[in-house]
Amino acid sequence: MPPKYHIETSQVPNRFQKITRSGIIAWEEGCLKCTRCVKKDCVYQVYEKRNLDDRQMLDSLDSACMDCFRCVQNCPNRLIHKGLNPSYKALGDHYWTPEIISGLWFQAESGRIPVSGAGYGGPFSGPGFDAMWTDMSEIVRPTRDGIHGREYISTTVDIGRKVMAIGLGPGGEIISQAPPLVEIPLPVIFDMLPWSPPGDNIQLSFLYGARALGTFAVVRQSGINPAVREFLPHVIIYVDGNPGDLKEELFSSARIIEIPDGGDPIALQERFKSINPALVVMIRLRLGPKTPERAFALIAQGAEVLHLVADEYGLEEGSDPLFIKERMKEVHLHLVDKGVRDQATLIGGGGIAMAEHMAKLIICGADALSIDIPLLVAMECRVCRRCKEGIACPVELDGVDPLWGSLRIANLMAAWHSQLLEILGAMGIREARRLRGEMGRAMFFEDLEREIFATMGKRG
Amino acid sequence: MATDHFQFPEIKKAPSRFRNALGKYRITITSACTNCGLCVELCPYGAYRAGSKRPRPSDEHLCLGPSCSKNDFYCVDRCPEKAIHIRPNPSFEVLGDRRWPAELLAGTWHMAETGAIPHQGLNYKTGSSGGGFDKIRFILPGKNGNSSPGSDDNISTAIELNRSGDSRPTVTIPVPLYLGGMSFGSVSIVTMLSRVRAATALGTFCCTGEGGYPEELMDYDDHVITQVATGLFGVREETIKRVRIVEFKYAQGAKPGLGGHLLGDKVTPRVAQMREAVAGSALFSPFPFHSVYSVEDHKKHVDWVKEINKKALVSVKVSTPTDVDMVVVGSYYAGAHIVQLDGSYGGTGAAPDIAKKNIAMPIEYALPKVHRFLLAEGIRDKITIIASGGIRSAYDMAKIIAMGADGVCLGTADLVALECIRCHHCESGRGCARGIATTDEGLTGLMELEWGTQRIINMYSAWRTQLVNILRRLGMKSVTELVGRFDVLAHMDYIKQEEVEGELD
Repeated sequence: MPPKYHIETSQVPNRFQKITRSGIIAWEEGCLKCTRCVKKDCVYQVYEKRNLDDRQMLDSLDSACMDCFRCVQNCPNRLIHKGLNPSYKALGDHYWTPEIISGLWFQAESGRIPVSGAGYGGPFSGPGFDAMWTDMSEIVRPTRDGIHGREYISTTVDIGRKVMAIGLGPGGEIISQAPPLVEIPLPVIFDMLPWSPPGDNIQLSFLYGARALGTFAVVRQSGINPAVREFLPHVIIYVDGNPGDLKEELFSSARIIEIPDGGDPIALQERFKSINPALVVMIRLRLGPKTPERAFALIAQGAEVLHLVADEYGLEEGSDPLFIKERMKEVHLHLVDKGVRDQATLIGGGGIAMAEHMAKLIICGADALSIDIPLLVAMECRVCRRCKEGIACPVELDGVDPLWGSLRIANLMAAWHSQLLEILGAMGIREARRLRGEMGRAMFFEDLEREIFATMGKRG
Repeated sequence: MATDHFQFPEIKKAPSRFRNALGKYRITITSACTNCGLCVELCPYGAYRAGSKRPRPSDEHLCLGPSCSKNDFYCVDRCPEKAIHIRPNPSFEVLGDRRWPAELLAGTWHMAETGAIPHQGLNYKTGSSGGGFDKIRFILPGKNGNSSPGSDDNISTAIELNRSGDSRPTVTIPVPLYLGGMSFGSVSIVTMLSRVRAATALGTFCCTGEGGYPEELMDYDDHVITQVATGLFGVREETIKRVRIVEFKYAQGAKPGLGGHLLGDKVTPRVAQMREAVAGSALFSPFPFHSVYSVEDHKKHVDWVKEINKKALVSVKVSTPTDVDMVVVGSYYAGAHIVQLDGSYGGTGAAPDIAKKNIAMPIEYALPKVHRFLLAEGIRDKITIIASGGIRSAYDMAKIIAMGADGVCLGTADLVALECIRCHHCESGRGCARGIATTDEGLTGLMELEWGTQRIINMYSAWRTQLVNILRRLGMKSVTELVGRFDVLAHMDYIKQEEVEGELD
């Protein structure tokens, strides 16, 4: 059994005061200055600890309040109220919602799983990943208790091609060659960002983070500078320029190289592997309606790893785009049909925003995932996309300290890892590898609605 | 049935225990007020109280808001000095969430305060989660009141819990609901006793949860369900012998597939003693029962309890995996009288958000699946199916019965009756800031037992009124006629008003 994977976490404070859902509106005018002021009774000592952040001119009242409403309900002159914070509502967009962003902030700050009481408070279901539920076991199937460390659940996955049978020579000697495999302890790699403020510090945070976690970060060929070279065993070089420009020494230190689809990627793969046979080559495909066919063709020609990417909203290309989860299911099932699914690794990316998306995309057929925006959000990004317009980052991400950033990223990944253990544990699955394609252990909105609700009220 | 002449408890007013109840509107009276007292006189709902300088809108949560303007008692128009202003309460929109929006919370508080159906135009029937119960409506023939086949007195809301036909006693409850397990330790003793006493007054049951059987509960033995859960905390032979129903908790909707966790801070000496554990150290309930990995193992559990207590009914609480129908059939053949299906959106205890949202099915899917499967197996009438996990209102209760449940089990609604505002911080620091889910002495003192008991009685009395109304409009004499009547329900995504004969409610 491999050693247990453990991610060190620590409290890594925010640089900026976080934006909270609601704030306290306390009218000073009319205050009775009563001696038994409700503010003194605050269970969370929000008023006692009150201070004004002189840099941001923000009152700690708003971010420290836990919404118990006792001051609102006990003020003799009804001078204290709560109000929704418009800047919270303005965070992100329809997909990267304020709830997702603030949840990521919490995990990056604390390294802990979000836990709360009083049941679930969200929508019944929604588009994309919100239209499925994962299974649990009871009575007839055991669960696994991975989260409190009492049972071992592995989240390790392999990146590379696998041989389906060992070929033997006439004398019984093994003649088939095992292609190289790279193991990552968490089914996640860090991808290139769709947008980001300028500067090297963000990328350095990713690289420090990837090294600490034992995973990889994708870096463009043009971005390979001396600072990045130090991290080469944890870098996936994305060859988006002229392959001839890459120095041969890079091939000896790198373990994974990514190339775009188009042209003849298999020929390029062979060329790279002839320089370093231990290299794993990944082919990057923009997810679309033709991906199932294309994926099969590439695997049939010898592709090792396919990286299927959707846009930042999880949508594929085309006029009527499918969500990544739907197309991933189709790709997976097509490859299963063709009998080649186990030969290659599928990595899915684009629109992965929460820990649950990780488990759900794996259930829909991915071996691993690539993530991007959540890593920026771990470093307090507000998904305002001003950097795309060339406007200064409100949380000064261009100047972020890479060590601080990497600790935030490690915290976030630790929380995601723990949440993946929760899902696997509830299903009674011991390995992330076995979760792949387990669609029978998930429940899909469309199926349940059709079975249960569609016939309701229709007589005869 | 024995409960046909059950004397339902009296409704008594139980106003908010905080100075300012939370309502949808905020009334302000400007300094132009001459304290003529007209507004106090006019308001039939009692929103105002007389004051020395000017009237106080002490009960503004009873105010109808601007929709009152059609009435001749509308204080804003009638005030001779035009000193009264009614505006939306800014705090109100901060309250609640998609499953329990502010209106549903305020509506529930109103029922708990008055025992009556809210008059303020609040939506007290559904939430705004966009699916499940919130998209399902009853198809009620005719207009309200037109199709009354008789008086409400003739309509029975009683259900029988032992349908097995075995030699054990029948246990009939006059309302199709009982109260679910919340352990001593997770909630205060005042909360626990309020629930048990309300259950007793309503002739039904309240479950202890996993945390032992405090002696304060002994007076109510006949209305207590004691729970045997995976940690076996507080389980003793004498407590199993004491009750009429014993419940095995295999899983819970709050965290399907995961074990329980009581934080060290909440393990006071008293809690520790009850659970035979050490004060101050966190307590984990494993998942699953490490003695049950098959239906056969499960049968041993059931046999064991039946042997210890020859009169008790056995209830099995499970959550909602893909194969929930098989689990229920297994439980039936193992000898369970009651199966409680706990859907994944409910629960009161602290749980990882990822589990609450994603693991296992909502009850609206699981219950029909199970009901149909048991019908096909020919055993539906031999077992009692109780639905829980996300039942928020009388309408949810009636809907899930029409979807195949015999009755429901509640938890969150009780806490809301006790003025829980669903801040979701039950687990932090000293526990619930409102003194409900805490063992902190100072905070526990925020609530009085009489008040807590009455609030829960009032709320469920209002629920019963609504259930009787629905049954009457459907022309039914008993809630048992409603079970599995999918034909009286419509899901708004799949059926249009034109396709329906009657009113959608």
